[in-house]
Amino acid sequence: MIDLIKQYWQPFLWGSPNHISGLAMTLWLTVASCVIGFALALPLSVARAAGPSWIRWPIWLFTFVFRGTPLYIQLLIIYSAIYGLDFVRNTPGLGSFFKDALNCTILAFAVNTCAYTTELLTGAVKATPRGEVEAARSLGLAGISLYLRIVLPSALRRALPAYSNEVILMLHATSLASTATVPDILKVARDAYADYYLPFPAFGIAAVLYACLSMTFIWLFRKAEQKWLKHLSTT
Amino acid sequence: MNGYLQQLLVGTVVTIELATVSLLIAFVLGLIGAAAKLSPNRWLAMVGSAYTTLIRAVPDLVLMLLLYYSVQNWVNAITDLLGQPQIEIDPFLAGVSVIGFIYGAYFTETIRGAVKAVPRGQLEAAAAFGLNRWQAFSRILFPQMMRFALPGISNNWQVILKATALVSIIGLHEVIYAAQAAIKGSSWPGGAHVLFYLLMAALLYLVLTTVSNFVFAYLEKRYAAGFERMAR
Repeated sequence: MIDLIKQYWQPFLWGSPNHISGLAMTLWLTVASCVIGFALALPLSVARAAGPSWIRWPIWLFTFVFRGTPLYIQLLIIYSAIYGLDFVRNTPGLGSFFKDALNCTILAFAVNTCAYTTELLTGAVKATPRGEVEAARSLGLAGISLYLRIVLPSALRRALPAYSNEVILMLHATSLASTATVPDILKVARDAYADYYLPFPAFGIAAVLYACLSMTFIWLFRKAEQKWLKHLSTT
Repeated sequence: MNGYLQQLLVGTVVTIELATVSLLIAFVLGLIGAAAKLSPNRWLAMVGSAYTTLIRAVPDLVLMLLLYYSVQNWVNAITDLLGQPQIEIDPFLAGVSVIGFIYGAYFTETIRGAVKAVPRGQLEAAAAFGLNRWQAFSRILFPQMMRFALPGISNNWQVILKATALVSIIGLHEVIYAAQAAIKGSSWPGGAHVLFYLLMAALLYLVLTTVSNFVFAYLEKRYAAGFERMAR
């Protein structure tokens, strides 16, 4: 067990000059997919809450399909099925994009979290009190500025607790990247296990690292809630 | 191709069995966990909190690999110590116990919240009527608690259903395993067979999640009998 820790603490935490560590990879996967997913979800949720019906139902279908199937299958489809198609492999731009495991995992994770985030932001936008919108209208706000100044700032605040949940779930979901050979925390753990056949320390260290990351994220979101939801605190 | 589609259907049955048995284990563990967390005994409450906090902080895939390989190792160590032949843990049993154990932590929180939502007066009234603890639980607390717990249970069920996709990684022959076996055994021009069988697997999951949505909508209506629906 001591040998395992001696050999693997660097891949887990620090990395070597030409490889980033499992911890850094997990963080990068989480942040990249959440940022991309959120950026896409913001316009989609507004369109789904307030757009015309021909734009609403395709968005509904998108969230329905991606929330109704396991992320693991989505990852397999993007990572192995799309690259398995001959025409994708033979198209220069597509082929080189889908050949890279990291591109595929970030794409799969971003699309998946986008579907969940769209759904929870839609709920928050729809829950905007009528009075807020009426007050904004009576002050002459309309269209995009109504959304940018009034609806979204209050909807995003309302969505914060649910979104913190989604980010934690995404952090946990990044462990699937190890099945696509991306060197995240779990991949390092699986390598360590294959080397030493000691499952408890190998996966135990990974579990502790993930738990620490989760606690850090929870703490950060609690700080964010204290800052942006101050007006709702009851004490 | 027909043979492979049949395999996919067999895999679907395994997935449904896995998810339902895991759900039952998780639900029972959730009841026990909630009882522990709500108990006046400090030690029991601490054990319950440790269970929910630790399990929910770690990804389910990591826990699955950790428990699956570690428990097999420990069983081997014990059989070696006793000089017995090695026991191979049944993968289905291992799968449902691990998933049940993990989601038991989520159920603990769901049930704890639901129990706390039942007005105290209900249990006091039950005691005043002379019901013993089991009667008060099964006739007063449980039916009312279920109304508050159902949205959470429905959520957990969807997550469990989708988590069963992971057990192909520890060697269970469910939908994804069947899809991958079909992919290995066929070769279509243009390489479209990979996409086809994976999309079939995805479709099966989509049907399962959609059907369960309807079932839970019905259950929620049933357990809300006698309560007015909140205006939306």
